[in-house]
Amino acid sequence: MIFEEITFALAVFAFGLSLIEFIDAFRAGPLPVPAWLRKIKIRRKWVLGIILCMATVVIFCVMQLAGLEVPSLIMISLSTMVLLGLVAIGEVVNERAGTVNIGLEGILLLSSFAAVYGTEVSGKWPVGVFLGVTVGALTGLIHGLISIYAKGNQIISGMGINLFAAGFVAFGIWTAWVPGVHMLSPGLGIPRISTPWGGLSWFVPLTIALALVVQFVFYKTTWGVRLRAAGENPGAVDASGVNVFRLRLLACIFGATLAGLAGAFMSLDWVGMTTKALPAGRGFIALGCVVFSGLEPLSALGAAALFGFFEALSIWIMAIPGIAAVIPSGASNFVKMIPYIIILVAVAAVISRRRFPKSVGRPYRREEI
Amino acid sequence: MSSLGERFSGLTKPVTQSLFAIAIGLAIGALLLAIWGYDPLAGFYQLFNSAFFTEIGLASTLSYATTLMLVGITFGLGMRAGLFNIGAEGQLMVGALAAVAASTFSLPPGLHLLVGVIFAMLAGALWALPVAILKVKKGVHEVVSTIMLNWIAYYLCLYLVLGPLFKAGTHTSIQIQSSSRFPLLFGTLSSAIFVAILFAIIVYFIMWHTKLGVKIRAVGFDQESARYMGINPGRAMMIGFIIGGLAAGLAGGAVVMGVPPDYAVFTELSNIVGYGFAGIAVALIGRNHPLGIIFSAVFFGGLWSGKRAMQMFAGIPLEIVDVVIGVIVICVAIPELLHIIRSKIKGRPS
Repeated sequence: MIFEEITFALAVFAFGLSLIEFIDAFRAGPLPVPAWLRKIKIRRKWVLGIILCMATVVIFCVMQLAGLEVPSLIMISLSTMVLLGLVAIGEVVNERAGTVNIGLEGILLLSSFAAVYGTEVSGKWPVGVFLGVTVGALTGLIHGLISIYAKGNQIISGMGINLFAAGFVAFGIWTAWVPGVHMLSPGLGIPRISTPWGGLSWFVPLTIALALVVQFVFYKTTWGVRLRAAGENPGAVDASGVNVFRLRLLACIFGATLAGLAGAFMSLDWVGMTTKALPAGRGFIALGCVVFSGLEPLSALGAAALFGFFEALSIWIMAIPGIAAVIPSGASNFVKMIPYIIILVAVAAVISRRRFPKSVGRPYRREEI
Repeated sequence: MSSLGERFSGLTKPVTQSLFAIAIGLAIGALLLAIWGYDPLAGFYQLFNSAFFTEIGLASTLSYATTLMLVGITFGLGMRAGLFNIGAEGQLMVGALAAVAASTFSLPPGLHLLVGVIFAMLAGALWALPVAILKVKKGVHEVVSTIMLNWIAYYLCLYLVLGPLFKAGTHTSIQIQSSSRFPLLFGTLSSAIFVAILFAIIVYFIMWHTKLGVKIRAVGFDQESARYMGINPGRAMMIGFIIGGLAAGLAGGAVVMGVPPDYAVFTELSNIVGYGFAGIAVALIGRNHPLGIIFSAVFFGGLWSGKRAMQMFAGIPLEIVDVVIGVIVICVAIPELLHIIRSKIKGRPS
């Protein structure tokens, strides 16, 4: 069927992106890499990528024949990619314009709660998504006003948003339903594209399309140039007659809106519940993706696919039937560490080759005459 | 006299700003409570009455303050060195588990306590070390690395508390032996508070009365200028992270060795999570000054201790306290908040 092919194509696309990022990281890696590998030209990098891709397909086939559920691993990977990817793309836009938002974790938490709340009250999921996105945008507006217009400390403001969200969502779940966890009522989730391996979320093609659009806007339109210049040299943008403050504020709201969309996806589409610690650090992993990608939208999606894969792996391993009998008890905690360790190592590996906008994280002050 | 006056006026501005942030935090908390149909006045009355005007409450307030003070120093010292060290959460957890591990030795009472404290502090510093190395050698921003290490610490501690350090048939880890517990002062308050205050005073002395402290603060003020003055920024940041790690580890030790009746870590880690992030608010309200942090820790300790009474007697979910803390931190992010509001009221452009 057509849907089957779409799913397959998306999986291959996401997988290819993650492999490119992987090779990129490996070439720069902390491990002693042989000189010939460092010197590989771009074209050979693609050849290496195709070989690795084929090797992985073979491994997957063997795993499948051994009775392991490989399609479910791919489906979970796509979900984690969407979540990390939406947040990371939004933050790339935001940081390129010159503002850092470390409150993404809090925005994910707030919007995932708001989305479930809206859906439960109205009985329709679009209302929930709308509410989630609105909450994200409003939080972005507040963060933007503080860090761009009031020239406050962006990191502290972001941390404040995280702390506020942790308290507010716990309070909200308590007052709306019962303390702790609320499962979404059955039948209220976002409908999915049906495939033989289970439902594929509409958010998967949406996220990929969004990354391509943002990449296009960044490098092919005037607005993209202005946005990138606002992070490099805001004075020049200001002198050319563009309102730097408004540009940065819009970028900040855009980034937070995408984080709000990701929160709605997480609670309504993926896990179907809201808890007081639902994102579990994924907002910060997305920040790691942003650093890893060197603030390129498509690379950010690739990084999201890569780290999403490792996160999916850690979820998937523990779901293999009979795994508890094979590995020692308590080992699950070490498996859950995998994504966090990998992102730490990967960021450390590539960071020296990344260049960041000159005035990122610094509020722009117009020079007094 | 004039120098005293100058000192006083130098103190009023930060104190006013901190009080203003606290006031906004409480006001927004009250507003949310009113919207959801609770009685904010009754809630806050229960909270503060229990926290500061009952003997049990005051003991628990100061007990929370002990830990919050130390994690506040972790973040505050980092800010002074130009770092956003939000790793206290993980360093505290590791320190707490190290103290539990150290308590399994059999040693004479005084020495055992000392060994426990040293273990906790070293574990905290050890957990801060990768952050420092990644920052100084590679340039990895500490916000990313500390958060990742916090989660790694969380799962490591979950493993330890249910594995090697689990006390069978209970919902806690092994209890701290009586030979390595802090002696109690009154109620649930242990003498760990003196250790915490001493630590704060030592940090104050290092930061304001030694060459090392001047160097660290110079790096925090302007890294490039400090470099031109011949200061090694990497070394200063390294020391900032390590002292912060020692403080957070000690905080973890204080939670398990100085809080009756459990003297242990719960299996869901519920009694050691949350301090690290609350420490950010403690440090900011204390203006990142060790002596200011002592006072602000008592205030936040009061919020933590009184929230249970508020839930019990006024029926208000205790999480509203975290909302208040979040709003306070957001307010502190805007240094010119008072000025902006004042000029808006007077109708002048800011």
